[in-house]
Formats: sequence, C-alpha cells, structure tokens
Amino acid sequence: MHAITYEAPKSLEHALRLLAAAGEKGRVLAGGTDLLIQMRAGVRTPERLIDAKTIPELQVLSFSPHEGLRLGAAVPCYRIVEDPVLCQHYPGLVEAAGLIGSVQIKNRCTVGGNLCNGSPAADTTPALIALGAVCYVASPRGTRTVAVEDFVVSPGRTVLQPDEVLVEFRIPAPPPHTADCYQRFIPRNEMDIAVVGVGAAVTLDGEVCTAARIGLGAVAPTPLFAREASASLVGKPLDDEAIATAAELAQKIARPITDMRGTAEYRLHLVGVLTRRVLKVAAERARAR
Amino acid sequence: MANKVYVETTLNGETVEFLCEPRQSLLEVLRDVLGFTGAKEGCLTGDCGACSVIIDGRVVCSCLVLGVEAQGKTIETVEGMARDGQLHPLQQKFLEHAALQCGICTPGFLVAAKALLDRNPNPTEHEVRYALAGNLCRCTGYDKIVRAVLDAAAVMRGGTHGVTGA
Ligand SMILES: Cc1cc2nc3c(=O)[nH]c(=O)nc-3n(C[C@H](O)[C@H](O)[C@H](O)COP(=O)(O)OP(=O)(O)OC[C@H]3O[C@@H](n4cnc5c(N)ncnc54)[C@H](O)[C@@H]3O)c2cc1C
Ligand code: FES
Ligand code: FES
Repeated sequence: MHAITYEAPKSLEHALRLLAAAGEKGRVLAGGTDLLIQMRAGVRTPERLIDAKTIPELQVLSFSPHEGLRLGAAVPCYRIVEDPVLCQHYPGLVEAAGLIGSVQIKNRCTVGGNLCNGSPAADTTPALIALGAVCYVASPRGTRTVAVEDFVVSPGRTVLQPDEVLVEFRIPAPPPHTADCYQRFIPRNEMDIAVVGVGAAVTLDGEVCTAARIGLGAVAPTPLFAREASASLVGKPLDDEAIATAAELAQKIARPITDMRGTAEYRLHLVGVLTRRVLKVAAERARAR
Repeated sequence: MANKVYVETTLNGETVEFLCEPRQSLLEVLRDVLGFTGAKEGCLTGDCGACSVIIDGRVVCSCLVLGVEAQGKTIETVEGMARDGQLHPLQQKFLEHAALQCGICTPGFLVAAKALLDRNPNPTEHEVRYALAGNLCRCTGYDKIVRAVLDAAAVMRGGTHGVTGA
C-alpha cells in the first residue's frame, strides 16, 4: 500500500476540520473491510485517512418510540445484530447486517461503510430503503439530509463531497402492526455477495396494507426503491395476488447485468421470488405484532 | 522515509510499544515489527481468517486493521493461548483430534474458536460452524476442527484445563 497518514479525531467537529484540510486526498476510514482492500489493490488512493470509529457522534445507537432509531454511521454490525431492541423493532435490518461477511468482518464493518462504499449489492442498503431511513450528512457548511435511495449515484460513487461525513441514519419508529424483512440469494450459506437482495417493510390495518416500501439490491447500477411496486400494495389486503402484482412491478424496474454470480435473466427471476418471499415474511411478522 | 507513528498497546497481557508506518496492517506489525508470527497471511482480503486476532474481546482479521489502530487496545494472539507451559484446551484438542495438517490455518482457527468460547462456553455444532465460517482450511475438511472445538468446550466447562485423552 502507498504511504498514508492516519488521524483518530475525538469529535465530529475535529473530523470535519481534518477532512476539509485534506481536500481530495482525505477519506473516512470506518471498519476498513472495503477501503483497505481497495487501497491495497490501488483502486482507491487516499493519502489521509480519518478514522470514523473514534468519533462519538458516529457511535450513537438509540431507540425511542418518539424519535425512532438513531444509528451512527460507524456502529459496527455486531452491535446491531446483538441489540435486543433492534432485533425486536427492525428484524429486517438485523437480518441484513447479520449477513455481511464472517464474525471477523461483522466485528469491524459498519452500515455507514456499506452504504458509502457505493456498491449496488450492499446488503444493508435495501433494508434501509425499506425502512425509509434518512442519512444525516455533515460538512463545514452544516448538516443536510439525504434519503438512502438517493445516496448512491453509480457503482462506487455517492452524493458525498470530499469534505462530507455520513454521521447517522434516522429511521422512524415502526407504527403498530409494522414489520420488515431482508433476504438475499447467494449460492452458498455464508461469505458471498448478493446475487439479488430484497428488503421490504409493511404496515397492516387488519388484513389491509396501509404502507409498504420495497428496496432492491444488485439489480441495477445503484440500489433501488421500488416505488410503484410499494404503492401497488397500499389499500389492498396483503394476499397472494397483491404480492404477485408487487413482485411483477419490482421486476419491471430491475436492470440487472450478467456476471459471474448470475445472468441478467436469472437475476430478474430472483427479484420476483425474493420480493414475494420478503413481503410474506414481513406480513406475517406485522400480523404477529 | 515515511513518518512512523508511536503506538502503545497491550499484547497478550503485556504492554508493548512500537513504531509503525500508518499504511502497515496490524498483521504486518505483529509479524514483521514485533516478531509475533503466529497470525498468518493468507489472502489479505478478509476471506481466509488466517490472520485472526482478538481486539478488545472481538475477533477480527488483522490484515484489515491498521497497526496504528492498536493504540490503547488490548490484543490477543495465538501466542498468548498457552499458559505456563500448558497448552490451551483448544490447542490440546486440535492435536488429539488431528484437526490440522499443514497448519497454516490453525492459529486463525484457534483464535476464532477462543473468541467463540469466551462468549459462549456451550455452543451447538451449528454455532461452531457459523463462528468459524470466516476461516478457511484447505486440508482437513473442517469436521475434525469442529469436533475439536466442541470437545475443548466440554473440557473447559468441566474446569479441567489441558487434560489429555479423548
Ligand atoms: C470477507 C468479506 C465479506 C464481505 N461480505 C459482505 C456481504 O456479505 N455483504 C455486503 O454488503 N458487504 C460485504 N462485504 C463488504 C464490506 O464488509 C461492507 O461493505 C462493509 O459494510 C463496509 O463497511 P466498513 O465499515 O468496513 O467500511 P470501510 O471499508 O471503512 O469504508 C467503505 C467506504 O465508505 C467510506 N465511508 C465509511 N464510513 C463513512 C462515513 N461515516 N462518512 C463518509 N464516508 C464513509 C469510506 O471512505 C470508504 O470509501 C464483505 C467484505 C469482506 C472483506
Ligand atoms: S490474511 Fe487476513 S483474512 Fe486472509
Ligand atoms: S491444515 Fe492446512 S489449511 Fe488447514
């Protein structure tokens, strides 16, 4: 790896100053499970790393029925997977975080890094989209918010400017009879990148769906919010017919590629299968609440 | 010459100071600066687990940690597992079950298994396999490793450290 400098700021304000001073040469380091590999391969060549893990504002993990969830960008995935409150309220997000890599990787990697890396196949991104998560982004110019589905602009590129830090995600508290689910398809049990990943969250009033959001991963250059598929469910009973219609609408916006993990045709098929599956599981969970 | 950074850390219970370049991984620092060659370099991409070490109670791939990040942390490596000339029960059971052949993956498996048992003294076979999914072995076929870990867990629950025979 090329020569670098490393800073461990103790506050967000300090981090923003360091990042601004570094200009184009600066980059935030979270768990390093994407970045250090890319630097070794020469794919990214930042010269000044600023550690997100030492910034207290990025380690926030709190839930309240009023505020919902505040998830710091640098919270390692093991904390999400082991948090009983998150397991209760956001099982789909926990499923997604639990799928990333091995125990070794989960002990380091972050949801913030998963999104900021900009991969269309990032597992937690469709789960965040399903939950309507909003990103809080800070820079010397102040704070702005970005919906998760608007964050990635092309493979490996995001809306972040060089002097911006993703601080945290905010996710609304789930209303009564609301639940989420995330599933991906990989050809083995562990340690692989999603061929397709789908997240969904639904709210029920009796059998009628009153709100729904579906997020898709690995089927386009960026993660997608399946807007029409989600809207198609609202106002209807969440039965097989409504779920099949939503799955077809989700397939319509998928623009998958063929690569070593699967053909475009296969991926399109999987979008249908997984959309149906996650909607069924989310609905079952919502009924049980 | 690149600027070196002063780092102070606790390694296997002892305070250790070293100088390293910020670009150096913790794996590189352990092996090439401190002479702790237990952790192995397999892939350098987080896939094989041969470089596993425990930082503040959590097992990680030391190839994906910078040496400078060790500042103020507590690090455990395979070298710290045997105590007072006595093998750790995991090491003992790996020998008894022939859970290694070439041995390059073994330090990583031992450290990952220790991290599991520190947290969960009575894991199911499923839990052992899940906890070791980030460690690759090209020789044993894994089964003997899983048996060794389950047996070591049983011994440790019985409180008889380092007994032989199985
Ligand atoms: C063996 C292995 C298995 C993996 N398996 C999976 C998997 O199953 N599913 C999956 O989705 N991914 C997987 N990954 C990829 C990776 O682990 C995830 O993308 C992870 O979430 C990245 O998080 P990180 O904290 O390590 O990010 P880092 O590598 O530290 O950072 C990633 C990028 O985000 C930027 N960044 C990070 N935090 C911030 C911030 N707060 N503000 C601004 N920019 C920021 C960095 O500059 C960098 O460009 C795997 C990786 C490995 C090595
Ligand atoms: S060398 Fe670190 S995981 Fe393979
Ligand atoms: S014993 Fe050879 S790789 Fe595991």
